[in-house]
Amino acid sequence: MDAVYFDNYAATPLHPRVKEAMHRIVDEVFGNPSSDHRFGQAAAEALDTARKQTANLINAEPEEIVFTSGGTESVNHAIKGVAFSQREKGRHIITTNIEHKSVLNCLRTLRLLDYHITSLDVDEYGLVDPAAVEKAITDQTVLITIQLANNEIGTLQPIADIAKIARHKKVVFHTDAVAAAGIIPIDVKALDVDLLSLAANQFNGPNGVGALYVKRGTPIWPLLEGGVQENRKRAGTENVVGIVGLGVAAEMAWLESHERLEKFRTLRRKLIDGLNARIPHLKFNGHPTQVLPHLVSVSVEFIEGEGLMLLLDEEGICVATRSACASGSLRASHVLIGTGMDFALAQGTLLITLGRDNTEAEVDRLLEVMPRVVQTLRDMSPIYQKNVAA
Amino acid sequence: MYSPTVLDHFKNPRNVGEIAEADGVGEVGNPVCGDMINVYLKVKDDVIEDIKFKTFGCGAAIAVSSMLTELAKGKTLDEAMKITNKDVAEALEGLPKNKLHCSNLGADALHAAIKNYRDRQAQKAVPGEAEKVPHIPEKVDACYCPYCDMENKGQAEFCVSCGADLPHEH
Repeated sequence: MDAVYFDNYAATPLHPRVKEAMHRIVDEVFGNPSSDHRFGQAAAEALDTARKQTANLINAEPEEIVFTSGGTESVNHAIKGVAFSQREKGRHIITTNIEHKSVLNCLRTLRLLDYHITSLDVDEYGLVDPAAVEKAITDQTVLITIQLANNEIGTLQPIADIAKIARHKKVVFHTDAVAAAGIIPIDVKALDVDLLSLAANQFNGPNGVGALYVKRGTPIWPLLEGGVQENRKRAGTENVVGIVGLGVAAEMAWLESHERLEKFRTLRRKLIDGLNARIPHLKFNGHPTQVLPHLVSVSVEFIEGEGLMLLLDEEGICVATRSACASGSLRASHVLIGTGMDFALAQGTLLITLGRDNTEAEVDRLLEVMPRVVQTLRDMSPIYQKNVAA
Repeated sequence: MYSPTVLDHFKNPRNVGEIAEADGVGEVGNPVCGDMINVYLKVKDDVIEDIKFKTFGCGAAIAVSSMLTELAKGKTLDEAMKITNKDVAEALEGLPKNKLHCSNLGADALHAAIKNYRDRQAQKAVPGEAEKVPHIPEKVDACYCPYCDMENKGQAEFCVSCGADLPHEH
């Protein structure tokens, strides 16, 4: 039996059309897009097409798209780029407690450079209050950076409301939309954000390529400096093969949006209802309705997530965990702790993310296997019987 | 990421469970810091006749518990007191650098169970009560980054040289 892949937040299988387009570029186009001869221009044309496709996914203008090496670079560019550009105006940045690590660590670096960071609390669902954002703005504030969708619990933030406040107060607003772009419809004009980060590997494009949307007129310093590529915003010869992959993935996400959303919603419902019916002592995380349609975050009481992930892998089912032990940093997830969850429960959290290729039969297999695996670990756990008896 | 021996002990853990009328019980760690190992002993003529464990923790913590019980079974109490965390990690053919702290709990749980047995013999502990070691993080003045070996302040959240997160649990 084939292995089942439920870790689509980590990476997604390439869409057949993406594979096809990337193969064609590998075979036919090697030129440097900055060269004015025909070899270079063939590559430049491929970039132009990808730029239009990517812009279309989020209703941006093609010249507002900067290609990057992925979500992390996009976020780094947005945050450091605005901070460096606006250093004379002020050194205050607003964010939330549950952002992606790339945001947290950029802000950590800026703290060392004497920037002041206000990190806002979120509620039990991970929602930030737009009024709290407004209250935190000072005359020193140069940037607000808040994710569109949380990558661990799926909660969607009220980005349009926050953008309105930022616009009114004339503060640049970046939204990290990596977990959401290509999954749910995004319109940068309707949201009215200045900067938006996205990554191809979230929607059946290749790893290691992404884009930063930069609304025309947004003050931003380059992160990578050198030549004049990407409208002087991102130096370095472009990853043409990857960018072509991103472009086609964006086009396919746009074209297949409706059917993918239908599928995600059906499978997610089945998954949550099925797990709830089969396994006692579960907690589902994130907002009940304002949530990504393809993500299920579930905390399994009395056990630790890494063991659960490894045993599921042994059964041919691949999911992710947010337990401290598996995180590399050995700390419990700051997102789950940020929503007020206790450390012990956070340790037992699995992250199941669906993709366009998943099927109902695969969800059935998870529902069949997971109760058994959970019971094996609970029987091994010193805190299980004590708690269940009590 | 894990050695074949670690994976074997994680997937087929030896000596899982509790001993109903245990002669000594050691409880180390707690679920809040990520790992908790309970060790139960049956002792006869100063020899560990039976040993079982229950563990809340990652793959490494479960493998450490399993290997530990194999190493300790049949040993005299004095011999078992000499088993170190390093012995367990070595018997497992190594643990990833960021998982070495898991092995630190293993031998500590065994030693706590032996202490508990001896205290019961000396009537310093009541049967049915475990020897509990909560594993509070140590307060230290300085620590070394496990990734780049740079010296950092004791409670630094991240390494000043390479930016890596510095764990302080265990």
